[in-house]
Amino acid sequence: MTTVSRRGSQVALTIIFVLFGFMLATQLRVRPSSPANVPYQRAEELSMLLSATEEERDRLRDEVRMLRDQIAEAMVASESQVKVLQEELLKARVMAGLTEVKGPGITVEMNDAKKETGAGQDPNLFIIHDDDILAVVNELLASGAEAIAINNQRVVATTEIRCAGAVFMINGVRLAPPLKIQAIGDPETLYNALKMRGGVVDNLSFWGIDVKIKTEQELVLPAYTGSLNFKFAKPHQREGS
Amino acid sequence: MWYLLAALFIGIIVGLNVPWTIPAIIARYLAVALLAGVDTSLGGLRASLEGDFDIVIFVTGFLGNTVLAAAFVYIGDVLGIELYLAAVVALGVRIFNNLGLIRRHYLKEWMGEKSTTPANGEG
Repeated sequence: MTTVSRRGSQVALTIIFVLFGFMLATQLRVRPSSPANVPYQRAEELSMLLSATEEERDRLRDEVRMLRDQIAEAMVASESQVKVLQEELLKARVMAGLTEVKGPGITVEMNDAKKETGAGQDPNLFIIHDDDILAVVNELLASGAEAIAINNQRVVATTEIRCAGAVFMINGVRLAPPLKIQAIGDPETLYNALKMRGGVVDNLSFWGIDVKIKTEQELVLPAYTGSLNFKFAKPHQREGS
Repeated sequence: MWYLLAALFIGIIVGLNVPWTIPAIIARYLAVALLAGVDTSLGGLRASLEGDFDIVIFVTGFLGNTVLAAAFVYIGDVLGIELYLAAVVALGVRIFNNLGLIRRHYLKEWMGEKSTTPANGEG
């Protein structure tokens, strides 16, 4: 009180105490009921959680709206698109041999040579081998066969044709001569391709192997019945295609 | 002393009746500032009892300490440490100190003895 008058100090003190009371009251009003035992950080944490959840909710809401739009769009476009997709799918299934197919073509019946093997002749030369079948199948495919079945085993992309002792393994099924190879395609072309001079049948006939070819107006080839598990091959999507 | 209590009361009334409230983030600063205010007020009371009260020191102390305490909390928030605990502890210790001295003063007055408590500096 040396430099300030008594009256001045009273005014200053009054102002200070009004301020003090004001601060006290506002502080009390911030949390009027809470016993102030909710740690501040917890509140902060919860508010952050809340805002994060709200953001997520908004994002999901946008997604729902987007998906609904897509559904609406799809419903408009579906009738034509589904038809296109189904046609595409059917084509793919025919291509993969997953459906029974019918159409004109030829039937090739092959059997081992009937004639006796002479002395010193290798009997192996007079029976059908896997490469004989492969040659026939290859020739048929080369001349435009669209579907091939051997003894009702449909030839697909994974079909193996190999000797297994005295029989053949085709699609994991054991087949024995006589073999009946059926191919759908232009009967004329297929017939001529096999009967070509110096062609497959010519070669086989040399060894006395019995080959009969018949053109057919209507053949029905069975569907591939093996498993369709692809363990290693996965579809590869090229960027930008 | 009556006008000081009246001033405090007016302040509380006004504070309770203003239409706005302060946001929760500010409330933390205000709480520590309030503690500093309590400390300064008790320091002023003790100083006046001991006869060396100075209004300039009191006013600057009150304003300075509240601002400083709030700033302390703010720095703690910026640094990510709970520095306000340090402010609360320091101010709490001073408040108890001042209360102890005030109590001792009145106790001695009541027992008819002369106060021999050494001055400890105010707010």
